[in-house]
Parts: sequence; C-alpha cells; structure tokens
Amino acid sequence: MQDWRKNKLAFAILMAPASFWLILFFTIPLAIVWVYSFGGRGPEGQTLIQFSFDNYRRSLEWIHLGIIWKSIVIATITTAACLVLGFPLALAIAFAPSRLKNVLLLLVILPFWTNLLIRTYSWIAVLREKGFLNFGLEWLWNETDWVLTLLGMPDVLGDFQPLRLLYNLPAVVIALIHVQLPFMVLPLYATLEKLDKSFLEASLDLGASQWRTLLSVTVPLAMPGIASGVLLTFILSLGSFLAPDLLGGTEGLMIGNLIAHQFGPSRDWAFGSALSFLIMYTTFIVLWVRSAIASRSEGGVGI
Amino acid sequence: MIRTLIRPSSRRSLLKGLGAAGAAGVAISILPSKGFAAEEKKLNIYNWDTYIGKTTLDTFKQKTGIEVQYDLYASNEELFAKLKAGNPGYDVIVPTDYTLADMIAVNMVQALDHSKIPNIMNIDPDSKFSNPVYNPGLKYGLPYMWGTVGLGYRPSKTGPIDSLAAIFDSDKYSGRIALLDDQRSVLGYALKFLGYTLNSTNPDEVTKARDLLIKQKKHIKTLAGDNGQDLLLAGEVDITMEYNGDIVQIMHEDKDIAYVVPKEGGIVWIDNIAIPTGAPHPDNAHAFINHVNDPEVNAELTNTIQYATPNAAARKLVNADDLKNPAIYPPAELLSKSESIAPVGDALRLYDEAWTAFKAA
Repeated sequence: MQDWRKNKLAFAILMAPASFWLILFFTIPLAIVWVYSFGGRGPEGQTLIQFSFDNYRRSLEWIHLGIIWKSIVIATITTAACLVLGFPLALAIAFAPSRLKNVLLLLVILPFWTNLLIRTYSWIAVLREKGFLNFGLEWLWNETDWVLTLLGMPDVLGDFQPLRLLYNLPAVVIALIHVQLPFMVLPLYATLEKLDKSFLEASLDLGASQWRTLLSVTVPLAMPGIASGVLLTFILSLGSFLAPDLLGGTEGLMIGNLIAHQFGPSRDWAFGSALSFLIMYTTFIVLWVRSAIASRSEGGVGI
Repeated sequence: MIRTLIRPSSRRSLLKGLGAAGAAGVAISILPSKGFAAEEKKLNIYNWDTYIGKTTLDTFKQKTGIEVQYDLYASNEELFAKLKAGNPGYDVIVPTDYTLADMIAVNMVQALDHSKIPNIMNIDPDSKFSNPVYNPGLKYGLPYMWGTVGLGYRPSKTGPIDSLAAIFDSDKYSGRIALLDDQRSVLGYALKFLGYTLNSTNPDEVTKARDLLIKQKKHIKTLAGDNGQDLLLAGEVDITMEYNGDIVQIMHEDKDIAYVVPKEGGIVWIDNIAIPTGAPHPDNAHAFINHVNDPEVNAELTNTIQYATPNAAARKLVNADDLKNPAIYPPAELLSKSESIAPVGDALRLYDEAWTAFKAA
C-alpha cells in the first residue's frame, strides 16, 4: 500500500464514490433533519422552517427524559445479557477446530437472513397465552397431574393457568437479546480469532488456572472487541422500536416508538427531529467514550 | 417481386417518406393532449387493503377500457405522508374524514367536477353524507364507505356488554382488554365516557381523559394497531376496541363474537374517495368515482367487504342480512349519539402529550 500522500489523485478517485454516497444519503438528510429540529409545526402538520429551541426544551421535559432513561435501562440490560451469553459463544467458536468454525459462524449469522419483522413476530407465537411455551408447560402440567393421580394424589395440581409472558417488558428484552446477539458475537469473535494464543499458553505455563487466565489475560486482550460489541448492541437496542411496539403491550414505550409516533399520527416532524438528535448526541458521547477506552488499551488487537 | 417493382432509388425515398410520416405521427401523439386526444387509458388507485369488490375493477375495465394500477396503504398517516412530499402519480385515494379535512386545508386534493359524476345523485341525502362539515357540497370527495369503532367481545366469557364502563370503569375484565393503538380514538372514547365531546379542545377535559386511562392502564393487556380482532379470535383478549368491519369478518369464523356500539355513543368514520392534486389522469379518476357509485357496482362492493354504504340507491340491492346487522348498520339512536373524529388543529398537541403520558405511565 502506498502512502496516500504520494498519489493524491488515485486516492481521491477511490474515495469519490464512497464520499459521494455518504454525503448524499447520510450527511445531507441528517442536515435536513437537524434543520427541522429547530423548526415548528403548522396546524395541519406541516413542518415550518424557523429557529427556536422549543423542540429541544420540550424533549428535555421530565416525561420524555423518563422515556429516554427507560430506553437506556432496557438497552443496558440487553447489552449485558448479550455480553454474558455472547462471550462464551465467541470463545467457543474461536477455539473450535477450523472445519467447525465456519459452520458455527453460519449458525450465528443465519438468523440475519430472516426479516427482522418475522423474527420479532415469531416471539408472539412463542410467548402468548396460547403460544408454544404455554402449550409445552400445559402439557407438562397435565402429565404431572396424570402421574400424581396414578400415585393416588388426584387433586394436588389445579387447572393450568397460562403464564403471562407477552405484552410486558420481559418479552421486549427477550426479543431484543435474540435480535442483538449476533451483533455482539461477531466483533468478539473477530478479536478473539486474532488473539495471539502464545499469551494464553504462557499464562498457563506460569501456573495460572484456566479461570485466572480467562480473567487476567483473555478478557483484557479482547477489550477492543468487547467495546465494539457492547457499543453496537447498545446503540441498536436503544433505537429499537419494533420489539417494544409488537411485544410491549402497554409497557412498551421506548424512545424509538416516541420518535416514530411524531413522524406518524402526531405529524410533528420538528419535535421528532429534536428527539432523534438527542439520541444522536448520546450516541456521539458513547462513541467518544469508546475511543477513549480503545486508545487506553495497549497491546490489545483493535478492530 | 416487390423488389423489382419498386426501383432502388425510389425505394429509398419511399422509406424516407414513411419514416418522416412515422416521426410526424409520434410527434403529434406526444403533444399536450388537452383537446387533441383523450387521456391514456390508465388509472392509478391508492386504497386500503381488502376495500374493493371482487368485480369492481373488472367491470370498470370492460366499460371504459382503462387499465388500473392498484396500490395499498395501511393508515391515513401513511397516505398523508406519501402525498405530502408531492403526488407520486396517484389518481384516486380514499382518505378517512379527518384526513380529507387536513388535505383540503393544505390543497392536497382537487375539486371534483360533478358534471362528470352523474351517479352522485345516488348518495344518501342525509347531511352527514351529502353535505359534511369538512367537505361542504361534496366538493373534494364523495363518501365511499362508512362504519363505526366499537367494542368487539366474546359473550360467553364476558356476558352482554353495552357500555364503555366495561373498559373504563371496571376491573371485571382485567388483563383481557385490548384498545386501539390510536390516540384520537382511545382518548376520544375516554372523553365520551366522561360526557365530553369526541373532539374536545379543552385542556382540562383531555387531562381528565388521560387520568382515567392511566388509572385503567393496569387492566389493559395491550394496544393493538390493527390486529385487535385477531387477538379476540385467538382468545388472547375478551374485549377489544376495533373497527366494525374487522369484527364482522371474524364473526364469520367464530360464532361466539359480538359487536356493540356503546350506549355513550361510538365513533363514526366515513372514508371518502377523492382525487389528489397533480393526478395524471383526472378524467379517468372521475369516471372511476362515477363507476363506484353505480347502484349495482356499489352493491357488489358492499356485499363483498361488508361495510356500510352511503349510496342510498345501492342499499336496495344490499344483502338483507347485512342491512339488519347492527354491527354494519347501527341503530339510529346510537348513531345520533356517535361522532366523527374531526381535526382539532393546534390542540392535537394536548392529545399527543396525554397519549405519551398514558403510554409512559
């Protein structure tokens, strides 16, 4: 690879399509939304271009901050659960024999090929009162009741009451974990794969237990991957609106839903834009924190 | 043989002449067509799903030879948002009453030429249909279908229900209730239950409605956007607030479903067929609107989708069972207490905030 300074023209030509795409489809629309966030709303829902901080002031009202806080909490729980579930999975794939690696990776990526809406909808079929989970539990209940009756205790178990697993926050979190897990596993796997295994061997040779090696050697070395995975999962969960809308019932109001509502029934695009940018600023802060962590960790493999 | 009859040089000039004639013909045909030629025989319709008869489009094509391109949308907001940025080429749209009112205010629909719609005389002369407040004299659209938003329920589980108290003032059905995921409908119902008007712009009234909803929130299982009837059918809920047509459809599949317009009065909606500004084929659009209001075509449409028609002449040909079905044609005394959702202008902010507070509570 040449240093780009040596051939600026070639560099510019190669950069051009990507820059053009980025500017046309990212920067310009984002700028328009930014301008809207200072705008106002006409009586029939038109967006008026003006300059006022009303929308930002409104988005910092207690009730909206409460919704943002709730979204952050849900996103944090989802990210933590994905990390706990995803790290062992990534570790297993990274240390698997090479013929199995591709198969295992495929299994993680395969759900991506299914539409997000269908994946979220399928949780309704599993969790609802007449869904698969409750059918299974009911079957177990009835079988246990039958066995107990045979053993001479006929009325110990009453009627089966289906569990209320849907239309509440736990359902939303479950679906979000399911959807976000690949985003955690893949960056983690990428880092663990590039890990210099000799470090681990050295640690084991020097007398550390497997557990100690994991905590003191593997995890610090994999920190950039963990940071990437956590960042990706957190940001995506924060902005999700499909899972809370379909599965949350009356408890499912996250910031994504609120923003979507502004661009839909409320026809208050200016306020929706202001809320969106509030999330953007949060994201930028988190990104800045991430780069601070990355620059601090020396010896780790960056993504 | 032709080759020898026409000498080569004159063949060339013959071809040149034909080419020139062809070019002239093409040029003439792409000149602006007003007065020169009729619109091309195409029509772009943008309508709700399952909202047209089985033969409506075929009979239209037979009568006029016009090809129809038929697209679907799922909500008034989607329709409004699509057209707000400029008409992408639709000739016929079907907005609900309050959306049509908003569209009229921002010039998104064009005035109709009633001389091209002779079947307009078939519309029910009742002022609700023939001279609505938001569309006086039917200048910007004709009523298409109408219906109510009421309560669908399962009598075997809930017993008879006739009032909004079942969802707003009782814990008998706790956890078995679904409401519409629509702020105007739900807050509107709360307002009606408290004795106020559906379209209140009074902040105190809207606040009281909001507080009532927040108090009842723990008894409500979920807010269903458009699948309340599916939840009722599957046994996930026993009462749902839904559009009458959706409940009538599941009544076919399950006899243990009933529908009622609550005694406090329900919500009446009227969908209108209109022509958006910038439509490429306005004449064909007028012809289609006229076709839909032909008594036989309208009756076939109504009998297929089982909504109520505002076309008085067509009612004579509607299924007798449908006419007697209170889920489709509600009794007059309930109808008189029902209201339509009307735009509330800037007061929409009150409803937005009340709805957000309810959802976040």
